Amino acid sequence: MENEKSKLGWKLSSIALGSVLMIGAMAVEVIAKDWGKHQVDNRRSGYTYMTDETRAVQDDDFENPGMLWVENGESLWSTAGANGKSCASCHADPDKDMKGVSVSYPRYDKKLGKIITLEQMVNRELVEKMGDKAEKFDSKKMLSLMTFIGTKSRDMPVNVKIDGDANPFFEKGKAFYYERRGQLDMSCANCHEDNPGNMIRANTLSEGQINGFPTYRLKWQKPGSVHRRFKGCNKQVRAKPYKAGSDEYSNLELYVKWRGRGLPGETPAVRN
Amino acid sequence: MQVRKTTLIAGVLAVTSMIGAQSAFSASHMKKYTVEEHAINASLTGKAGDAANGRKVSINRKKGNCLACHVISDIKEQPFHGNIGPSLDGVASRYKEGELRLRMVDSKQFNEDTIMPAFYKVEGLHRLRKQFKGKPVLSAQEVEDVVAYLLTLK
Repeated sequence: MENEKSKLGWKLSSIALGSVLMIGAMAVEVIAKDWGKHQVDNRRSGYTYMTDETRAVQDDDFENPGMLWVENGESLWSTAGANGKSCASCHADPDKDMKGVSVSYPRYDKKLGKIITLEQMVNRELVEKMGDKAEKFDSKKMLSLMTFIGTKSRDMPVNVKIDGDANPFFEKGKAFYYERRGQLDMSCANCHEDNPGNMIRANTLSEGQINGFPTYRLKWQKPGSVHRRFKGCNKQVRAKPYKAGSDEYSNLELYVKWRGRGLPGETPAVRN
Repeated sequence: MQVRKTTLIAGVLAVTSMIGAQSAFSASHMKKYTVEEHAINASLTGKAGDAANGRKVSINRKKGNCLACHVISDIKEQPFHGNIGPSLDGVASRYKEGELRLRMVDSKQFNEDTIMPAFYKVEGLHRLRKQFKGKPVLSAQEVEDVVAYLLTLK
């Protein structure tokens, strides 16, 4: 893609010529910063658009406030539901059993005949296996379980399936991404494909990658779901948002997740 | 010669509500304007703009919010000017009044791919939030005020 406006780092290189007289010339060279695992081809995690301070908070589990939710999720994992079963009853080793799960969602679900998000999958288990009630996407319990599960995919590449049965839903998500909406008449692409790295007043636009969700957002002072973030974006362009868990957002989530294919799981990422 | 005159009603809406008395918002409050060679030469309101108010509207995040995307060095008291669009410094030397007015009203009329919102348009928008239905981003007079302000940026 043409969008290689990656953050540029300044590199000073000195060139020495001659042997007796050291004729040194200082050349200032602009090079693309090496973002390591946070960049795959031309795709960059939202991590790379944050300030050094915010990145440092994400990088340190003792500083990362999202880890409180992870800890809560860990204890919920073995907390029995109404019928006496807990998540651990079936998934006794979450390190292994949940490995790679969150980077592979959302998925096509045969039972529903459409896309299912990980939150909806968790709800299915809570209701059908544990006799509990379904949780909202951004309830404390759901975010705790989601962030806990998310940590089991840390540094694993985003890898969602978009062929076969999933494909028509992927295409719908893609159409949503490019469709203008709201009084400001903007599409997702206007900002996140055409302008990442540019400033919208004091904020740096990112590619809108979702490899770190649920993400601890400093503005929210808590983690939030992908669908909550979609709602916020839609409202900002003065468009009527959809509901968390709507088909529209689930399809969009599949498409946007695919845009970040190969990027590492970063849950709980820390963002502005 | 092709002096193309198009009269556009800025808010032609499907007004008819088929069932029940759900009163559709009428666009009759929108001013009509004429686009001629990529310009709207006449004031939307018939009145001159107030540049001082236009400057305020350009700053206001809920109004013009020009600074979200453009640098305006004249407004140096406000930190953080965006860089999505071109700087507006010297914009009055690059465009005539009527060209600036069309860009404010509906810049997609000459560049359909632009990210810039139409500031005076109520039709053809998808999934508007209820509170914005039938309402342009700026009033006709506010558009005039911003145009007057932009004309000071020589």
